[in-house]
Amino acid sequence: MTRWRDGLAQIRRYPSAVVGLLIIALLLATAIYAVTAIPYSEAQKLWRGGDAWQELPVNASPVWTDRIRGGEAPRTITASSDEVAVEREDLGAARLETTTLEVDFPYGDFPSEINLFLEAEFEQRQPFTRVHWRRPDGQEIPIEARRVGERDRFSISQDRQLESRLGFAPQIGLLTDAEPGTAEPDVLQGTYQLVIETVHFEEDARLHADLVVYGQVHGAFGTDHQRRDLAVALLWGTPVALAFGLLAAVGTTVTTLIIAATGVWYGGWVDAVIQRLTEVNIILPLLPILVMIGTLYSTSIWLMLGVVVVLGIFSAGIKMYRSMLLPIRQAPYIEAARAYGASGGRIILRYMVPRILPVLIPTFVTLIPTYVFLEASLAVLGLGDPVLPTWGKVLHDAQAQSALYHGFYYWVVSPAALLMLTGLGFAMLGFALDRIFNPRLRSL
Amino acid sequence: MSAPAATAASAPGSDSALLEVDGLYTHFELRQWGFLRTGTVRAVDGVSFTLDAGEATAVVGESGCGKSSLARTLLGLHRPTAGSLHFAGSELSSLGRADLKAYRAQVGYVQQDPYGALPPFMEVRRILAEPLIVHGIRRRAERWQRIQAALEEVGLAPATEIAGKFPHQLSGGQQQRVVIARALLLRPAMLIADEPVSMLDASVRVEILTLLHRVQQEHRLALLYITHDLSTVRHYVDRAMVMYGGRVVEQAPVDALLRHPQHPYTEALLSALGDPDAANAGRPRPVPGGEAPSLIHPPSGCRYHPRCPHAMAGRCELEPPPPDFRPRPEHRVACWLRE
Repeated sequence: MTRWRDGLAQIRRYPSAVVGLLIIALLLATAIYAVTAIPYSEAQKLWRGGDAWQELPVNASPVWTDRIRGGEAPRTITASSDEVAVEREDLGAARLETTTLEVDFPYGDFPSEINLFLEAEFEQRQPFTRVHWRRPDGQEIPIEARRVGERDRFSISQDRQLESRLGFAPQIGLLTDAEPGTAEPDVLQGTYQLVIETVHFEEDARLHADLVVYGQVHGAFGTDHQRRDLAVALLWGTPVALAFGLLAAVGTTVTTLIIAATGVWYGGWVDAVIQRLTEVNIILPLLPILVMIGTLYSTSIWLMLGVVVVLGIFSAGIKMYRSMLLPIRQAPYIEAARAYGASGGRIILRYMVPRILPVLIPTFVTLIPTYVFLEASLAVLGLGDPVLPTWGKVLHDAQAQSALYHGFYYWVVSPAALLMLTGLGFAMLGFALDRIFNPRLRSL
Repeated sequence: MSAPAATAASAPGSDSALLEVDGLYTHFELRQWGFLRTGTVRAVDGVSFTLDAGEATAVVGESGCGKSSLARTLLGLHRPTAGSLHFAGSELSSLGRADLKAYRAQVGYVQQDPYGALPPFMEVRRILAEPLIVHGIRRRAERWQRIQAALEEVGLAPATEIAGKFPHQLSGGQQQRVVIARALLLRPAMLIADEPVSMLDASVRVEILTLLHRVQQEHRLALLYITHDLSTVRHYVDRAMVMYGGRVVEQAPVDALLRHPQHPYTEALLSALGDPDAANAGRPRPVPGGEAPSLIHPPSGCRYHPRCPHAMAGRCELEPPPPDFRPRPEHRVACWLRE
């Protein structure tokens, strides 16, 4: 079809179309990357949260925010007992194992949290562990001493006793040599040691330890209140948003077009029924209906997509398409098609619909972000798909956790920027296509 | 596609006529708000004629006389209000879906506006493939062979080059040739050409008419050539019918009609023709006055009486003349003057 080929060739002449296409290409590349790098089931599992994220800080800003501020904020440091030698000492009935985990802390600010994760292997008797902290200046601070369960954790920064001993929150007090009560303590940079002395009562008993000194920044997009890396949601939000927008736009446009053409072709009561249905449907508000379904039935994204398409079938578009198709119905080539015996269905699909398709492309392109925004709005209202990570759900979480009040701007800015970028890309392409395919606008 | 032909052989009482039209009426209801009847357009109002296989007949009349409605009724695009339409012996209104489709393969249609008659978004190849697809020719190679043959027959060569073009890339004459090729593709028995040259440049009119004449002769097609222009009739058809106000007022072999017009309206049409003799260029000619009759409120009696210079008071405006006075053996006229 030359009209299409010409149209596509013209795109190069519109800078907005080129920029729009670039943005869309970028989003598509992101979507493809997300789907290949993190499989669907993996993404669902990750977004459910839990242990996968235990080594990530809570509400950490993206790394780039720290670059802007000067680069003092600490990163997350981990030290594992797998990487260091264990000193063993036989005590007769028991065995003493000493593990020294070293942490090099070169940053200008305090960590956000310190946790020690312990995994003990034993048959009957739990091993007994005593932990102390050795500062670079040589001072030793005892932290905790108790029996260790199979999967245990010493939440060092939550230790109230330690806090009262140190006079600071533990993650501050352990890393400074300032006097207790100092308003703005300085970080003591250098190499810290966490000494773990464990008494095992069984021959085969083992202890595995992971020390995590949480930073204040993480990755390109930061983390949320459940330690989840926002990159997962922002990456996976792209294919979800694009798929929802595209499927909803295709679903509504195609069905609406075919129904409008059917009404125009058969006329009479068929047309009348379609017109009345449309008029009733136009005044039904979409969002409240979706909210109702989401609240009372299910918030599955595919159900929402289905409802959006079903309610979109008899939309105002029918009136527009009808007005475009009515003169085409009278075209001599359609009379000729009837004269050689083409059926009604063939005339609708092969002769009427293709005639107005080029004019619809711009409308279709600008329709896609509308549905992307609709999906995000639903998620912000708390009616997002319960298992899928989406941009809207990130915004919802941010709002629920008062992100802006706490100053976690990154939490709101990145999903919002992605949504705006999507809208911008499709709108820029759509407006350019509008000029290409609707020549009346071209002189403007 | 062979269904009508088969019924033709077995149908009793059918003679050599391919198309028999008897008392055909096509009326359109005018409605307000979809249900209030506000009037009736009597587009075709009692037309009878026969068309033999291989015979070319012209239907002549001014715009709005119902000749296009007649064509559309014959094509099955309008449902006749009354009357019978026999094609190859079978009654058109009694045909089922499949038979109607087969009938449509038997009747080719050439329209007035060649550009409008071709879907602008399809290549010529596709345009010509459509009727074949509709009539169940699945094999691509066979379709292409027939398309190629049809294009060459109408003088569009090389076929491969033309087939790749869109209608807007062709000239008006070429477009009309594609339309004719499409009409011929299904190997019809009858061709209905509705003003096939009126929208073309004068320079290509003769070419297209000659082409139509040639294919009509070669395929022994029955041709119904609808025109408002008597001057294009003489060399291309065997018979001619003159329509006025939805009725046939005169029918005769074309030479007889042109030499000895029997109806005042035919006379008027002939006198309106251009005279090639330069000596007569300045001489004013009598031209029928008045306007074409309304098909919603047609004049009483003879439809032509308000414009007729010979109208007989007390006769013509009261009684419609029957259509078959025979003042000469080969003429049939609807005029009280020839009673």
